[in-house]
Amino acid sequence: MREVAIVGYAQSPQVRQERVLNEVEILMPEIDKALADAGMTMDEIDFVCSGSCDYIAGGAFSFVGAVDALGATPCKMESHVEMDAAWALYEAWIKIQAGEIKTALIYGFGKSSVGQLPDVLSQQLDPYYMAPLWPDTISLAALQANVLMQSGRYNENDFANVVVDSRRKAKSNSNAQLAGDLKASDLLTAPYIASPLRRHDCCPITDGASVLIICEKSALPNNGKRPAMIRGMDHRMEVHQLGLRRLDDSVSSTQALAQVTAQSGISVDQYDIAELYAPFSPQTLILRDALGLDDSVDINPSGGPLAGHIMMSAGLDRFGMSYRAIQNGVDRALCHATSGPCLQHNLVAAVEGV
Amino acid sequence: MSNNHVAITGVGQTERYRTKLTCSMAGLVREAALNALADANCTWDDIDALIIGKAPDMFEGVVMPESYLAEALGGVNKPVLRVHTAGSVGGSTAIVAANHIKSGLFKRVLTVAFEKQSESNAHWALSPSMPFRPHFNSGAGGMFAPVIREYMRRSGAPDDVGCHVAVKDRKHALNNPHAHLHLPDINLDTVKDSPMLWEPTRFLESCPSSDGACAMVLTCESLANSGTNKPAWVHAMAMRSEPSFYPWREEVNPHASRECAVDLYQQAGISNPRKELDMAEVYVPFSWFEPIWLESLGFAEQGKGWELTLDGSTSLDQGGDIPWNCSGGVLSSNPIGASGMIRFAEAALQVRGMADKRQVDGAKKALGHAYGGHSQFFAMWIVGADKP
Repeated sequence: MREVAIVGYAQSPQVRQERVLNEVEILMPEIDKALADAGMTMDEIDFVCSGSCDYIAGGAFSFVGAVDALGATPCKMESHVEMDAAWALYEAWIKIQAGEIKTALIYGFGKSSVGQLPDVLSQQLDPYYMAPLWPDTISLAALQANVLMQSGRYNENDFANVVVDSRRKAKSNSNAQLAGDLKASDLLTAPYIASPLRRHDCCPITDGASVLIICEKSALPNNGKRPAMIRGMDHRMEVHQLGLRRLDDSVSSTQALAQVTAQSGISVDQYDIAELYAPFSPQTLILRDALGLDDSVDINPSGGPLAGHIMMSAGLDRFGMSYRAIQNGVDRALCHATSGPCLQHNLVAAVEGV
Repeated sequence: MSNNHVAITGVGQTERYRTKLTCSMAGLVREAALNALADANCTWDDIDALIIGKAPDMFEGVVMPESYLAEALGGVNKPVLRVHTAGSVGGSTAIVAANHIKSGLFKRVLTVAFEKQSESNAHWALSPSMPFRPHFNSGAGGMFAPVIREYMRRSGAPDDVGCHVAVKDRKHALNNPHAHLHLPDINLDTVKDSPMLWEPTRFLESCPSSDGACAMVLTCESLANSGTNKPAWVHAMAMRSEPSFYPWREEVNPHASRECAVDLYQQAGISNPRKELDMAEVYVPFSWFEPIWLESLGFAEQGKGWELTLDGSTSLDQGGDIPWNCSGGVLSSNPIGASGMIRFAEAALQVRGMADKRQVDGAKKALGHAYGGHSQFFAMWIVGADKP
């Protein structure tokens, strides 16, 4: 396996509603900032890959306009996944492993504020049996949370504590949308929006974009930064129908982690932090158990998706936040991204500072 | 460049790329995948990863449908990736899949591209009314018509070159059991008499709206001979993109197209594509794009592409030296997201000697080509009968 490092990252503020700028206008300055962070220029980038979703923008080919942000000629080697940009990172990482390229710029963006995200995502479900019922993502996550509570492992107080933890840590993340000191007992007095979930258990609607730059080891820029090596990366899919899988577990996360452990040689107890893409608080607990993380691992030190959630880039942001933590002295980070209803599809990676 | 060679050991297509109102999306993709597995002599269990491609989700109304389709394609417990690069996506998806093999991390992958246009309306999906922008209600045909008119002006080509392409590709389609359109009675007069849709593009000079899926099994070198039939080998692959609009943009002969072709030929060691390739499957959704791409891809000099069309050089039926789109091409079948992969797969079938009645005798090297967006996204590969 070729050695690949994260060498640059930028993220726009994770705002509730960006009223003026469109997606490309949000993205463009972040590309410049990520390149500056890496100490690189666009002509040093071999490949560009992005993640976005047409249904969030409300029109086909939403990624096409974003190509404007890259400059015109010479033309870019460029690709796009209709998935979270963490999978765009995976495509770029595979391309480096294939020896086709040495450097890549990856971006993701989304303006969830322009639509009704929970309803929009209901149209991701089986189009014949599920989507016609329009089950929204919050209701499905509530279903999953109920299954988790029925397992006897966690209760609503545990969910609230995940939120308290997220908001407290987010105080040190200037891009976070939600941060502060909360009390679990106060949170539990809030009304349900879909029992057992309350508003604070759900990731906030967020507009924004983020950009990550990776390099093969032989092409590392001399920028004085600490490279964050991607020691392993894998992703796995589960069945789609909610009744056919265990909702209180994340089998595909466990499977992906096993691959990453084999690739990286890093065991779970060696991680200092884990950045988990859990858009609903109970999913943080499901993932923590499925990945075998104990209290010695600092989970979502950035605040995680509960403090700010750029749909289609929130997975990529887990890598960016880990890269930043590594600049600040963390040695090993476990990065996780998810896609599909109720954690159907999960990506895991090991990132290590050198 | 890595030394891991990529082999195509299986190709599968749906029985015919026509409207399928009684088949689910899952059924559609599964049919193509099963045909590819049979060709490759393997089962779902032998597949290490699944790479899915399709054009905009609004063509079917399912958001990120890989979540729903993974089971039908044996993707559970495996890595599943969904590529979307507009009309070039079928080609890009094959390239992403090939890179999985080239990486050395995967031994055998399944790649599937599809579109089920009957679920929605492509013209509507391609003409969204977006905030703060004029509503560009043109569809693809309206978008490309000015490009075609500019090509005609520059080249001085006779007005009926497009009609010749339309007849030639539909005659080719009669040899392809998968083709959506089988129009045995088509001739220059019927094409010329068909309704003018987007001047100068007539109804019969346009691609149909099709349903269909195409699948390929790609393997590493050590598994290349594990299939039922002989493999094809990937000799080169390239992708390029450019923005829709910029002041020095060249819409007839796009920078991205030329740069992509230069990269591709350099990898394959090709200096004269017309001589060194035996055939090409090129994305021609509207008839005039044959001469346009003949020039952009270096098969003809600038302004002379139409001469190859008129003298029969690109016709298999007329014994042309460089047959283009022996399958009938996009003009005969256009399940949009799959169309690029069909081009790539038909090129592979040719060099495997498996193209039946549409076979170019002794084909050893072939080009597969796809483009998308506003002539701005390009994906190409060259496949060969021999290991590179």
